Amino acid sequence: MKDEWPLWEVFIRGQHGMSHRHVGSLHAPDAETAIRNARDVYTRRNEGVSIWVVEAAHISASSPGDKGPLFEPSNSKVYRHPTFFDIPDEAGAM
Amino acid sequence: MTREEALFQFLLRMGDNTLVLGQRVSEWCGHAPVLEEDIALANTALDLIGQTQMWLNLAGEVEGKGRDADKLAFLRDVWDFRNLLLVELPNGDFGRTMMRQFLFDAWQSVLLGRLINSAEPRVAEIAEKAGKEVAYHVERSSGTVVGLGDGTEESHARMQAALDYLWPYVGEMFASDAVDEEMARAGIAPDPAGLREEYDALVGRVLGEATLSIPEGGFFHKGGKNGARHTEHLGHMLTEMQWLQRAYPGASW
Repeated sequence: MKDEWPLWEVFIRGQHGMSHRHVGSLHAPDAETAIRNARDVYTRRNEGVSIWVVEAAHISASSPGDKGPLFEPSNSKVYRHPTFFDIPDEAGAM
Repeated sequence: MTREEALFQFLLRMGDNTLVLGQRVSEWCGHAPVLEEDIALANTALDLIGQTQMWLNLAGEVEGKGRDADKLAFLRDVWDFRNLLLVELPNGDFGRTMMRQFLFDAWQSVLLGRLINSAEPRVAEIAEKAGKEVAYHVERSSGTVVGLGDGTEESHARMQAALDYLWPYVGEMFASDAVDEEMARAGIAPDPAGLREEYDALVGRVLGEATLSIPEGGFFHKGGKNGARHTEHLGHMLTEMQWLQRAYPGASW
């Protein structure tokens, strides 16, 4: 039996229409408390309209040792960037 | 007592409750058991101080003697304070602080729910604004009371001890006097006795979930809201809170 509360990763959506962004982490005994703690720690300056929390243990992460095979092949493929298109104003933020 | 005098007293009660509890809760700043609770308690304290500014500024306006919230907060002595005895009690351990917070939040949420329909628009406006903060306070403190009450053997014992200690201070919330009667007649604030049923339902539900038992017996301490008999703790608290204004009158930043 460990005495420490589990670690939770916190994601905040700054405004409607935007996606949730990782803002940090905190400790809490359960999900409901984690959301309340996130509200008090990360949104006290009016940063958000929505909070997600996920127990850090449930996040699977890529291994830093694999970054060569994972990411380097895309370095030289500039044609994959959609920078050759003009975005119409009506499309709004992309 | 004229209606204006009664309104002044009523506003002092509202503002002194949030002022004294805000000062008490702020004593935890930097001392709470975990960082997350430390920040949450500081947020709560700041909300309460913010509400104090609204209530006491309005009190000063109604009194009409040129006193604002700062003057009322820092330049009155113990016998002029009108807060419930509950909020001036020392913090005790974290469990007792959270139990006191819950017992107060529950009462404040029921009361503000009625005050949004006050016949005095300035009171209704403050109640509307404070209501959202208090809805969160009661959600948070009830969650903590349930978590600790229905927690480990030690946390349960501490929460039951906190409830046993604090419960005799709850009754003062519902004791009516001439000020309350005048406010009720004017439609400005509800008769405190009329809040009891809703309060007992809310508190009973949460304490039941927390596996805690409400002590029996109807005795309660009183003398805070009319200033007749504050505990010895309030004077010590004011000494610290008012020190700067007393030592350097008029100091500001």
